[in-house]
Amino acid sequence: MLSSGGESGSCSKDMAVELGDEPHVLVVDDSLIDRKLVERLLKNSSCKVTTAENALRAVEYLRLGNDTLEGTVSEVNMIITDYCMPGMTGYELLKKIKESSVLKEVPVIIMSSENIPTRISQCLEEGAKMFVLKPLKRSDVKQLKWHLMKCRN
Amino acid sequence: MDLVQLQRQLVDYRTSLYHEGFLDEQFTQLQSLQDENNPDFVVEVVSLFFEDSERLLNELSKALEQQIIDFKRMDGQVHQLKGSSSSIGAHRVQKLCIVFRNYCEAQNVEGCLKCLQQVKHEYGIIKTKLESMFQLEQQILNAGGSIPV
Repeated sequence: MLSSGGESGSCSKDMAVELGDEPHVLVVDDSLIDRKLVERLLKNSSCKVTTAENALRAVEYLRLGNDTLEGTVSEVNMIITDYCMPGMTGYELLKKIKESSVLKEVPVIIMSSENIPTRISQCLEEGAKMFVLKPLKRSDVKQLKWHLMKCRN
Repeated sequence: MDLVQLQRQLVDYRTSLYHEGFLDEQFTQLQSLQDENNPDFVVEVVSLFFEDSERLLNELSKALEQQIIDFKRMDGQVHQLKGSSSSIGAHRVQKLCIVFRNYCEAQNVEGCLKCLQQVKHEYGIIKTKLESMFQLEQQILNAGGSIPV
């Protein structure tokens, strides 16, 4: 299941922001509660959010590995993914993204409920921009947005 | 009871939940995500937690009744419960899940059974307490007041 939502429905925070300026973040997590939490955190921070319930759905959405379908420009400005997911893990998803000519520059953030140093260095070595311990907090989103702004410029 | 008394009762009740370790900082973070545009956010997320937990606790009970116990699968389920309780700030449930996972890893049936009972007990308590809190909040709203932060 995939769901998308921009800020157009809720007007208070971002009337001044053109819809085109909102960064688009893809959130991948098999926990519905965590998807909802991260989505709300990001939307409160003026991001457009699409969620995916597992890595396979994310791959389909991003059209990864299919050169004829991949666009020339990524529609997604950032990908936040859980590490532990059934089937393809967040780490495996990260590797796939880095293999894609279109998507490899998109910053990828890995989230995990477990603080395992080897896991963290493995992800960072593979090119993840950040590794965050769950549950995600507002201070994490601030850091995340900094990476987003940096990548856009 | 008048509005001010209700509001005071709510603040006291909430404070006690933190002091007694039922809830932690994460619950505050959850509340801060709620606003006029998303007035039911906390109730929605907590309801998901209730559904999730009840399903997982049932599955864990069944798993421990089997002839051959699938500890790996159980560990995965406890991991999920640990995750969701952590996400809403259900501190005691989360802490018990950590112990439970250790017993799964050690393939200790007695330990797992004992832990499951404890988790069920703690879950029951936090569910009742959160429902009471939501009821108080609703009473305040019905009386035309606002929820104190």
